[in-house]
Amino acid sequence: MAKQEQEVRIGFYVCHCGTNIAAMVDCPEVAQFVGTLPGVVLSKDYKYMCSDPGQELIQQDIREHRLNRVVVASCSPLLHEPTFRSATEKGGLNQFYFHMVNIREHDSWVHTDRAEATSKAKALAQAAVHRVAHHKPLETKRVSINPTTLVVGAGIAGIHAAMTIANSGKKVILVEREPTIGGHMAKFDKTFPTLDCAACILTPKMSDVGSHENIQVLSYSEVTKVDGFVGNYTVTVKRKPRYIDEEACIGCQDCIPACVFKQPKFADEFNEGLGKRRPVYIPFPQATPQIVAIDPNTCLNFKKGEDGGRVVSDKCKKTCVEACGDKNAIDFTQVERIEEYEVGSVIVATGFQTFDARRAPAYGYGRFPNVYTSLEIERLVNASGPTGGHVVMRDGKSEPRSVGIIHCVGSRDKKTNVWCSRVCCMYSMKLAHLLKEHTGAEIYNFYIDVRTPGKGYEEFYNKLLDEGVHFIRGRVGEVTDWAMTPDEEGKLVIRVEDTLAGYVRRIPVDMVVLATGLEPQQDAQDVRRMFNMSCGSEGFFLERHPKLAPVNTFNDGIYIAGACQGPKDIPDTVAQAGAAAAEVLALIDKGFVEQEPNTAFILEDECSGCKSCIPLCPYTAILFDEGKGRAYINEALCKGCGTCVGSCPSGSIVQNLFDDEEIFSEIEGVLAYE
Amino acid sequence: MFEIQRTIKYEADRVPGFGREVMGVPGCEKLKDCIQCGTCSGVCPLSIYMDYTPRQVMALTREDFKREVLGSHTIWLCASCYACAVECPREIRITDIMYELKQRAIHEGVYPRRFPIPVLAQEFTKMVHDHGRVSEGLLVTKLFLKTNPLAALGMAKLGMGLMKTGRFSVKQENIKRRAELAKIVETVDQENLKGKA
Amino acid sequence: MKYGYFPGCSLKGTGRAYEESLLPVMQHLGIEMRELDDWSCCGATAYMAVDEGKACALAARNLAIAEQEGHAQLMAPCSACYLVLNKTQHYMAEYGAMKRLVDKALGSVNLRVTRPTPVRHPLDVLLNDVGLEAVKQKVTHPLKGLKVAPYYGCQIVRPYSTFDDQADPQTMDRLLESLGATVVDWPLKTKCCGGSLTGTLPKAGLRLAYILLKEARKRGADVIATVCPLCQFNLDGYHDKIAARWEPVRIPTVYFSQLMGLAFGLPAGRLGLQRGFVPMKPLAAVTAA
Ligand SMILES: Cc1cc2nc3c(=O)[nH]c(=O)nc-3n(C[C@H](O)[C@H](O)[C@H](O)COP(=O)(O)OP(=O)(O)OC[C@H]3O[C@@H](n4cnc5c(N)ncnc54)[C@H](O)[C@@H]3O)c2cc1C
Ligand code: SF4
Ligand code: SF4
Repeated sequence: MAKQEQEVRIGFYVCHCGTNIAAMVDCPEVAQFVGTLPGVVLSKDYKYMCSDPGQELIQQDIREHRLNRVVVASCSPLLHEPTFRSATEKGGLNQFYFHMVNIREHDSWVHTDRAEATSKAKALAQAAVHRVAHHKPLETKRVSINPTTLVVGAGIAGIHAAMTIANSGKKVILVEREPTIGGHMAKFDKTFPTLDCAACILTPKMSDVGSHENIQVLSYSEVTKVDGFVGNYTVTVKRKPRYIDEEACIGCQDCIPACVFKQPKFADEFNEGLGKRRPVYIPFPQATPQIVAIDPNTCLNFKKGEDGGRVVSDKCKKTCVEACGDKNAIDFTQVERIEEYEVGSVIVATGFQTFDARRAPAYGYGRFPNVYTSLEIERLVNASGPTGGHVVMRDGKSEPRSVGIIHCVGSRDKKTNVWCSRVCCMYSMKLAHLLKEHTGAEIYNFYIDVRTPGKGYEEFYNKLLDEGVHFIRGRVGEVTDWAMTPDEEGKLVIRVEDTLAGYVRRIPVDMVVLATGLEPQQDAQDVRRMFNMSCGSEGFFLERHPKLAPVNTFNDGIYIAGACQGPKDIPDTVAQAGAAAAEVLALIDKGFVEQEPNTAFILEDECSGCKSCIPLCPYTAILFDEGKGRAYINEALCKGCGTCVGSCPSGSIVQNLFDDEEIFSEIEGVLAYE
Repeated sequence: MFEIQRTIKYEADRVPGFGREVMGVPGCEKLKDCIQCGTCSGVCPLSIYMDYTPRQVMALTREDFKREVLGSHTIWLCASCYACAVECPREIRITDIMYELKQRAIHEGVYPRRFPIPVLAQEFTKMVHDHGRVSEGLLVTKLFLKTNPLAALGMAKLGMGLMKTGRFSVKQENIKRRAELAKIVETVDQENLKGKA
Repeated sequence: MKYGYFPGCSLKGTGRAYEESLLPVMQHLGIEMRELDDWSCCGATAYMAVDEGKACALAARNLAIAEQEGHAQLMAPCSACYLVLNKTQHYMAEYGAMKRLVDKALGSVNLRVTRPTPVRHPLDVLLNDVGLEAVKQKVTHPLKGLKVAPYYGCQIVRPYSTFDDQADPQTMDRLLESLGATVVDWPLKTKCCGGSLTGTLPKAGLRLAYILLKEARKRGADVIATVCPLCQFNLDGYHDKIAARWEPVRIPTVYFSQLMGLAFGLPAGRLGLQRGFVPMKPLAAVTAA
């Protein structure tokens, strides 16, 4: 390592961040203290370092005071390290002569004692000043971006993002785990607040996706592995067998009525189990792709295999195959296929699942047949649903004359999900409207708060009030089936405090609808790990910054959109999907990314050739030069994780930005304070 | 004849600090989190007889309406069934708060006169102090004599029935180490005083 | 299997049939129950209403005695006792100040609580320690045809119980089934019976008992099985008053332990069955029908 020849001249700046930092840290005192440290030429405090004048200040000082190192103590480097690095560069220095100290998230925001917080800021600043003296000039490296994008999940978020990108002429691979794309929205009849028909606005978009020359739809598939880094990812996709040759099937659906099951017999997932399907089926008429699927769990041509899985039994007459004829699309021998794709960026749009109503036993779902979930009602009022839009109860004939809709089921509850699911107030009102329209029933909404913060939403609430729907403010205590009065006989009785009228009431109804909340998908944690993202405490994927980087994640090149990031309605979902597409296109258009030069390298002279680092590298970036008997690191693959650095027995691996001198001097700095 | 009463509340009607004090007691902290959803009243089997519903008691307590809360029937109607506490979405231990309010009402002597429930609580406590065990027959007899001697007659039939089935006895049960009990109670009293000082 | 036994005041008074049936049944299953020496009242709900600190200290005296006598576990059949003893332990574990107060008070009479002694309900012990298989093996007179409404009441499942579901408890259902009885679907299993209000404010308390009884009959139960002396009293003791106020809803209410005794073939006369106001029909009459 080259000795520092030049005299070290450090400029130190401490930022008030308005009162974010200044309220808990005495900034002038920090500046004054740092000014006394060796090597520090000037030390200033300033209200907003990230502002234009703040950045200008750094540049000017570099020139006027011949600074050759810069330290800023302010917020998280995640937010403004690029800002200050660039100011340093504009001042005429290599940007890596800059170092940043986080005294906001790590200090002022998390402490309550001003004196202590100020001491901590000083200690952290001293560490940075010690460290920056050892910084070396480095160059970033450019990596080109593969212009193909992977979109995971084909709900409205994934569909919209894929279309936007594809329309700009870039390729998209759209992976959806169900046999059809469309997500939750495909199940709705109408959408709030405009009540436009979901099918009319969604299904054209779905078929556009299906036929777009730039979009490759991989339905009934899941991503199982992701390798690489921004611009250059390799993803592994598992194609589940649907026992249909996707190329050969023309979507005529002749096979379905030909099935040996003359009547549909099995609970139909798309209809929330309210309808029935055959083992060979298509989820709904406008499904995309228009390709049937065979469910091996119900198809007679399969039996239980030795490992518990399903294997072909060849016991069935296979009337479906006959019907398919010389298209020959049915293939019982199909097995799971594994495919690899190269992409540059990824949009994760895996959506949500609804709360399992059985977890709220007081409301009797699963115990009383006429207690429904909201998704079931979506299918029941749907013109293409199991009853053709005729609202009848589970007996298959009677129409409800009164309906209670219970809001916030599973939401805003410390025992289950603490968050507000954001869409349930609105969809409950939508369902109230539709149920009233279809049946003329008396409808009661039971709510804690009516939340309508969207364009046209309050007006929708008003419309419902005008329609004479009851709104009772009170979280329902329980739904029971025992009667106190003759008019309660045979009904479901809702017991609730009408908190505004000030009475406890018992309200008998024919049907109860549970507005189940939105929660992360069952497998959200696996998906998070696979794409190296973070989650909030509730389990939704975490955005890089809630205001300034809402569709970015902490992993470059991976974006999120839709309800997988948190509960949201369709307008917000689509806006987010558009934003994610724009981020992707910006990346593709730029063509390259600058990579942090924090890679490791091996000091060839000191390497003993023990090879202990090679298996440890998670990115297989370490290779062995048999000729020299030394290991070496492929810089293009190194992600700068530092695993090998710590493990090398001879201490011969060095990592840029984190070499021993830098780290030890930083530790000394922090320990030297007090 | 219709009589009118003011229902508006002035700041002077509040006892500032009351709510905070209650929320400082073990078990009552989470009252702070109440969102006034009414689940507690919705499940409470006795809410139908209460002058304030459990939810209202939570709001009144938090807002320092001490007189209204301590003078309410609600706290005495609470049967300690814990239905509310189990269902509350904010995990507020409503039952424990009811206990705390009962204690304060007894302490301040503000419960409704001749109201049998607080009298029972006190007679019960006294019997435990003096004897270490409760003899139900005796307790009930005392209760009726103190609150409503006439009602005692209505209960006579039940008493006879109990006697017949060998379940009624006015014999006082006693534990052996009564002095030990007295000492325990005395120590708690001393500690409570120390705490107040 | 050995347990310390905390009967509580009711099991020696109005609820003595509970003790009279529970002891022989447990003995029949080979379970040893040793009554705590000189136990004192748990304090029940009334004491908590007067002074929480004292209530805990008095309850803790029993825990200290249990520890002194070397019991690994304590069985508390009365729901109120079960709750109060558990609550005391919870408070001592959760709140340092409460623990210090209780320690001090007990210390003044040379008693100490140094470890938590698990307080168990007989249902918990029967299901989880003894096991239904062992129970089944003792059944000589299956309760075939007897339709039972299992009544758990409030305080054993709420708020501290860990052995059963708070909203839809199942332990007694399973136990009764293993005796050969038919369990009726009765959504009121954990509703409040009125507690001490039946005595103090009959209008409010009796209504709750009335609802429970009415609904049990409507759903075809022959008998209600309970786990708590106060519940048994409320459901059994006020039929006249209920009939006067609403309608007659006579149905016997017995302890689950009495039904166990019958199924085990223990002499009916020694299970305290004669102490109920609404007598239960002899088993033979039911099973024959
Ligand atoms: C009952 C109900 C009614 C509603 N009504 C309305 C309304 O009227 N108006 C409105 O604006 N909003 C409404 N909403 C909200 C609306 O559903 C959401 O805003 C919208 O569905 C979010 O779209 P999404 O694409 O993010 O998620 P989703 O619709 O959940 O789509 C996610 C897709 O990703 C797929 N997927 C998940 N995981 C994987 C994986 N690992 N690999 C591959 N694919 C995967 C899923 O199969 C699914 O197709 C309603 C919600 C509910 C519950
Ligand atoms: S249930 Fe809980 S949150 Fe709701 S009003 Fe009652 S105490 Fe408050
Ligand atoms: S504990 Fe008291 S307030 Fe709560 S539900 Fe039971 S009786 Fe009502």
